[in-house]
Amino acid sequence: MSAEQKELTQTPLLKIWVPGMGSSLGQRRGSSRPQFTNCPTMIVMVGLPARGKTYISKKLTRYLNWIGVPTQVFNLGQYRREVLQTYKNYEFFRPDNEEAMKIRRAYASNALKDIASYFTKEQGQVAVLDATNTTRERRGVIINFAKEKGYKVFFIESVCDDPEIIEANTMQVKLSSPDYENYDKEEALVDFLKRIDCYKMSYVPLDEEKDRHLSFIKIFNVGSRYLVNRVQDHIQSRIVYYLMNIHVTPRSIYLSRHGESELNLLGRIGGDTGLSSQGQKYAKALAEFIRGQSIKDLKVWTSHMKRTIQTAEALGVPYEQWKALNEIDAGVCEEMTYEEIQATHPEEFALRDQDKYRYRYPKGESYEDLVHRLEPVIMELERQENVLVICHQAVMRCLLAYFLDKSEDDLPYLKCPLHTVLKLTPLAYGCKVESFYLNIQAVNTHRDRPTNVNVARKPEEALQTVPEHL
Amino acid sequence: MNVTEDSTEQSGNSLTRELTQNPLKKIWVPSSTNGLPDRHISQRKVCMTNCPTLIVTVGLPARGKTYISKKLTRYLNWIDVPTKEFNVGQYRRECVKIYKSFEFFRPDNEEGLKIRKQCALAALNDVRQFLMDEGGQVAVFDATNTTRERRETILRFAEQNGFKVFFVESVCEDPDVIAENIVQVKLGSPDYTHCNTEEAVADFMKRIKCYENSYQPLDEELDGDLSFIKIIDVGRRYLVNRVQDHIQSRIVYYLMNIHITPRSIYLCRHGESDLNIKGRIGGDSGLSAKGQEFAKSLGQFIQSQNIHDLKVWTSQMKRTIQTAEAVGVPYEQWKALNEIDAGVCEELMYEEIQQRYPLEFALRDQDKYRYRYPKGESYEDLVQRLEPVIMELERQENVLVICHQAVMRCLLAYFLDKTAEELPYLKCPLHTVLKLTPVAYGCKVESVCLNVDAVNTHRDRPSVRLTDTQPLSIIITLQTLSSFFINHILGNPDVL
Repeated sequence: MSAEQKELTQTPLLKIWVPGMGSSLGQRRGSSRPQFTNCPTMIVMVGLPARGKTYISKKLTRYLNWIGVPTQVFNLGQYRREVLQTYKNYEFFRPDNEEAMKIRRAYASNALKDIASYFTKEQGQVAVLDATNTTRERRGVIINFAKEKGYKVFFIESVCDDPEIIEANTMQVKLSSPDYENYDKEEALVDFLKRIDCYKMSYVPLDEEKDRHLSFIKIFNVGSRYLVNRVQDHIQSRIVYYLMNIHVTPRSIYLSRHGESELNLLGRIGGDTGLSSQGQKYAKALAEFIRGQSIKDLKVWTSHMKRTIQTAEALGVPYEQWKALNEIDAGVCEEMTYEEIQATHPEEFALRDQDKYRYRYPKGESYEDLVHRLEPVIMELERQENVLVICHQAVMRCLLAYFLDKSEDDLPYLKCPLHTVLKLTPLAYGCKVESFYLNIQAVNTHRDRPTNVNVARKPEEALQTVPEHL
Repeated sequence: MNVTEDSTEQSGNSLTRELTQNPLKKIWVPSSTNGLPDRHISQRKVCMTNCPTLIVTVGLPARGKTYISKKLTRYLNWIDVPTKEFNVGQYRRECVKIYKSFEFFRPDNEEGLKIRKQCALAALNDVRQFLMDEGGQVAVFDATNTTRERRETILRFAEQNGFKVFFVESVCEDPDVIAENIVQVKLGSPDYTHCNTEEAVADFMKRIKCYENSYQPLDEELDGDLSFIKIIDVGRRYLVNRVQDHIQSRIVYYLMNIHITPRSIYLCRHGESDLNIKGRIGGDSGLSAKGQEFAKSLGQFIQSQNIHDLKVWTSQMKRTIQTAEAVGVPYEQWKALNEIDAGVCEELMYEEIQQRYPLEFALRDQDKYRYRYPKGESYEDLVQRLEPVIMELERQENVLVICHQAVMRCLLAYFLDKTAEELPYLKCPLHTVLKLTPVAYGCKVESVCLNVDAVNTHRDRPSVRLTDTQPLSIIITLQTLSSFFINHILGNPDVL
C-alpha cells in the first residue's frame, strides 16, 4: 500500500477509525462528530425584567450541554449579588444613579472577561449572557467585544406585554430571589415593579431595520410569534428550532421502564424478549397508577421492542412506537450476562468502566450515540404536554439527564430501577421529580462503577458490582 | 383518559392481547382474539398532525413560491408525509390553452378574473379530494393569494373541511433576485414559448405590476390569528406566527434552512471493499486494491473540479474513511451515514441469505423499502436516520458525501424526488461520482465514472415475486406459512 494511504486503526473506546501509527494526532483530518460551529458563540439575552430571560438561558444551556455543546450561563444578577452582598431596593437600578451605573458597568465587564476565559481556557463553545441588555449602547459594547475576540453573537429577545404573564413570572421566580429575602411579598412586588420601570424608559428593542445586520430572534408573548434575522450557522439554526418548540404550559412527563423482562431475570442485557410474570403485574399496576393520576390528554410512547409494547398494551389506550426509544445496542454483547462479557471481552468490559458515556460496544452504540438518537424525542417532548414514555434503562438515563441537567459523568450511573415511575413537572427554573415505586418486586439491573477499572484487573474486581440474577 | 371499547374483553385476562412480530417491518403488533391484527396502535414514528394541512403560498409573481412549493413537497414526501402541490397557474393554462399577454391579469379584466377564480376553486376541489379521499396529509396550494379576500375564501374552505391552514409568504424587493428568478423559470414557462427573451421579460414585469396594487401582505396585527411564516429577502429574515403542531414546526425549520446560493453536492460510495469482492453485504472491511485506486482517482477528480470551500463527509465505517483519507482534505465522520444495518444477515452473501432465511429474502423483494432485516434496519428507518443529514446538506454549500449503497439511494431519492417504490432500486454503482446541481425547480445530475473497475453490487427487483403464483419452497413449514398469510396478507394495514 502506498505511503499516502495510512493504515486506519479503530480507537478502542469510541470505535472510531483514525489514521494509525506514524501520523501525529495533529494531522488527523477526520473529526468524529459533525461541526456545530467553527468559532465560539455568545448568546446575548435582551428584554425587560420578568420576561423569561433566565428561564430561556437555563433551559437553552441545559439543552446545548445535553447535545454535546459545552455551554455556560453568565447571569449578571449573580455578579451583582457577589459585588453588593445585600440588595436594598430598586433605587440601585435608577438610570440617574451614577454610582450604581459605575458598579454595573464594572461587573458587566467582568462577566465578559469570564466569558473570554471560558472560551479560551475551558473549551467552552457557547456562552449565554443573561442580562437585560436593553440599550443599543450596551449591546454595542458586547458586539465590539465579540468582534475583537472573533466570537459570533446571537441575540435572543423576549418581548411580552401580557400583564398576567409578567405577574406569574414575578410570583414564580422573583419573589423567592435572594434579593427579596427580607421583604414581605407585597413590598417585594411593589419594589420589583418599580425596578422594571427603571428599565422601561431606556429600553430600545431590537429593530428589524436598524439592527438588520445582527443575528437575532425576537420572541413575542411566550412564543405566539417569532422574528428571526440572519441565522449564521448550524448551531444558531438549532437554537432557533429549539426556542420555537418549547412552551410554558403546565404539564407532566412520566418516565418508566418496561416491566421486568425474561432476560432481566437471567441478568442478560439487551435482546427483545417479553415480560416476565412480575413484569406483567407491573404493567397492570402501571395502568391503575395512570388512571389514578387522572391525566388530561395523555400521550403514551413506547420503543419498538416487545417489552415496552407489552407494558403499554396493559394501559388500554393508543400509544405510539418510536424506534428512537429502543434500548442501547450492545452489539456483540447483546443478550450476554456481565459475567460472560467479562469472560469473553475483558478489555471491552474495562474500557466501558473507564468511560461509560463514550464507550461504544463493538458493532453497537455508546451513550453518546444514544443521546444523539434521542434528540428528536426530546424535541417532541418539549412540544407536547402530558406524556408517558415507556422505555429502557439506558434510554431513560439519557432522558432523565436532559431534564435534570446531569453531566456526562453522572448520566450512565443514574438510578432508573424497574417498576418505578418518575413524574417530572417543570417548576421555576428546573424540574420537580416525584418517584413512584409501584410495589411489584423486580430484579435490580443497576451496575455501579467498580473500584478497579484497569484493563489488567482480576475478574472478581470487574464483577464486584454486578447485581444478582438467576 | 378514555378506556377503549375492548376493555371489557381485556380486563379479565392476566395480560392483554398477544403480540406478534409483523414479518416485514418487524414491528410488534397485538393480535386480537380472532388472530387478526388490531389497528389500535399508531406505528408511525411520530404523529405529524391529527388532521390534514393546507399550506397556502402568498406573494407576488417571481418570488419563489413555486420553488418553495415543489421543494417542500419533495421533502415532506421523502419523510413519508403524503404531500401534493396544486399550482393554480397550471389550472389556468389548462383552461385558457394559449397565453396571449399580461392583459389577462389586469385587475379590471372581468373575464380574466372570472376564469382565475374558477381555476382556484377547481384546484381547491382537487385539494379536498386529495386530502379526504386519496390519503393525502398535506396539500400545497401554490398561487399568489395576494389579497385578504382570496385568503378568506381559502380559510372558509379549510374550515368547512376540517383542514388546518399554514401560510407561507415570500416577500422580496431585491431586483437582482427577481430578475434571476425570471430568467431561470419564467422564460422557460409554457406561457412564453412564442416570445423572445426581451418580450417575455417585459410582459412578465407588467404581469407583476397587475398584482402589486392590490397586494395585501400578511400582517402581524391584522392576521395575528393566522398561522404563517413570512420569508423576507430569500431567508435573510423570517416572521413566524402561531405554529400549531409538529408538522408546521418541521416545515418552518426546513424553510429556515434552505437557501438558493449556487452550489453542488457530490455523492459517491466508498471505494470497492474486501467484502464487496466476496459478494458479502454490510460489515466494516477496508478497501480492496481497486478501491484504493478509486480513492486516489477521487482525490484527483476533486482537485480538478476546483471546488470552492468543499466540505467532505463520511460515515464512521472504515471503507468511507479510507476513501476520504486519499482525498487529502479535512472530513467529518457522521454515524448517521453508516450503511443500512442488515442485522442477522450482516456479512452474508445473498445466496446464504436465500438459504438460511428464505422467507426473509422473499419478503425483502416483496417490499424492499419497508422490509426490516431481523435485528436490523429498513430503508424506511434509514430515511429517518438520514433526515438530519439532509437538513445539514440543505444548509451547506459545496459538499462531497462519501457513503454507502443504501444510504446513497436514500439521499439521491431526496434530491431527485424518487418514490419509496423506486428508491431501493436506484442505481448507485461503485467508483462513480454523482454531481447534483440545483437548477430551476429541480436538480441537474452529472454522472462521472472514474474508470476504475469494480464489482457490481446492484440487485434488481426480481421479476418473480410472492404475489405471483410461484409456490414457496418446501423449506417453509405450514405453520410459518399460515401465520405469514395472517399477518402479512390478510390484515396488516402497513403492508397492504
